[in-house]
Amino acid sequence: MAKSDDVAIVGIGITSFARSEKSGMDHGVDAVRKALADSGTTWQDMQFAFGGSAAAGAPDTMVSRLGLTGLQFINVANGCATGGSALFSAVNSIKAGMYDVGIAVGFDKHEPGAFRVDTRKGGLGQWYGETGMALTTQFFGMKLNRYMHDYGITEDTLGKVGEKAFRNGSMNENAWRRKPLSEAQVKESAMLSYPLTQYMFCSPGEGGVALVLCRADKAHEYTDTPIMLNAAVVRSRRFGSFEVFSRHLAPEFTEGPTVDTSKAAFEMAGIGPEDVDIAQLQDTEVGAEIMHMAENGFCEHGDQERMIAMGETEITGRLPVNTDGGCLANGEPIGASGLRQVYENVLQLRGQAGQRQVGGDPKVAYTHVYGAPGISGVTILSK
Amino acid sequence: MPQVSVDETLFTWPSDELRLLGSRCIDCANHMFPRQDDCPKCAGNSTEDVELDTKGTLWTWTIQGYPPKAPPYVGPSDPKTFEPYGVGYIELDGQLKVETRLTINTPEELQIGMEMQLTTIPLYTNDDGDEVVTFAFEPIN
Repeated sequence: MAKSDDVAIVGIGITSFARSEKSGMDHGVDAVRKALADSGTTWQDMQFAFGGSAAAGAPDTMVSRLGLTGLQFINVANGCATGGSALFSAVNSIKAGMYDVGIAVGFDKHEPGAFRVDTRKGGLGQWYGETGMALTTQFFGMKLNRYMHDYGITEDTLGKVGEKAFRNGSMNENAWRRKPLSEAQVKESAMLSYPLTQYMFCSPGEGGVALVLCRADKAHEYTDTPIMLNAAVVRSRRFGSFEVFSRHLAPEFTEGPTVDTSKAAFEMAGIGPEDVDIAQLQDTEVGAEIMHMAENGFCEHGDQERMIAMGETEITGRLPVNTDGGCLANGEPIGASGLRQVYENVLQLRGQAGQRQVGGDPKVAYTHVYGAPGISGVTILSK
Repeated sequence: MPQVSVDETLFTWPSDELRLLGSRCIDCANHMFPRQDDCPKCAGNSTEDVELDTKGTLWTWTIQGYPPKAPPYVGPSDPKTFEPYGVGYIELDGQLKVETRLTINTPEELQIGMEMQLTTIPLYTNDDGDEVVTFAFEPIN
């Protein structure tokens, strides 16, 4: 029996992540309308909203299009965990007993090419950008280069993860990149940041996602298939971890924020990694997916080489990972990206994922985001 | 051509003996680069200036294969003439791992664990006709 402080997702909405003429805000508004329709509610029913966007304007201004109902609307910006933080805030507003039903929305639209970094805003010093080191892509190349050296991950495995992403993306009508690519095409594309090639990286993109959430004991007023939100956790880095935009690292090594976030989320949900049926893991690039498999507790460091060769992370495998094509096929609109993962998991748990539906009636689903400046967010859903 | 530093807080310049300018926490001995007054390790706020070691080992590396956006980048970024450049972390024993440009830009010549030393590289020529330089590490032979 659901408790009054449990939280359920009762409505989901997503826009196409393909490049379009739409503004970031258009994506947000469209996603909200779709999520409301999915839950059979109206904007007037929403008691609160949390909106996340990194580069596409203040989310609360969308009330002038959705309706001026006077609801509490709070904007969230929290690096790559922006969408996850909007969700986290919404969940806790319900858990605290403040509200019964509300919405979390995330959207963005970024200019083409690698993220342009404002080093002064990030507290890094102007010289850091001037000298050509303020590029997120370098961090991913360097973390992965060291990881491959330490744990024996091969270039073939990088190619296989890329191939899987674009195959899964080809089965997702909302994905940006829907053309399947072979392992060889992924490996042989232009080298951007050794050992990572063009098709091993995701690109900044556009899109919007919205989720209607409510007290779990009221969920059946909205849907026959509520999805329970068992954990939503956000953590920042501790001293000694290796993060993007680190001008220096400590001599000692500490696990990154993903490890802390994952452990806290499993503790909150009262389950372990072995109970998870499907996982959406931050795949800014193929190596991130590989490293995050271990950092989230799904395997030991180095085991990925065997797991991926055996197809265990394919849709038909033991632990399907990034079933919607992940960031690699969908791009990374920062405000929407973490919520896209949750959207996909809700679809999969409802059994509505169509061509890419995971078999065996999945019951527990996991999402993970990681990004600048050393921040991670995890959710665990179940039905 | 006269040379100037991209940022005088980063390394001794001009100097016969090039050194990176770091900080050391008086309370917990944590080293930092560039200089800062607060210590992220012990959350203290008393640090002293130190000059960091000039030799270390390559901890990890990558090659920047496409031109960075300009701004903020001030080096050559024309896609037609862009030359990839190396970036890495150099482990300075007992101090820290410093992120740095590398003088090498081919994977075949870079190996984790190889010995490296501090140098400078040119970035661009400014409006005064000075060559602006930044710190970098190069292999020791």
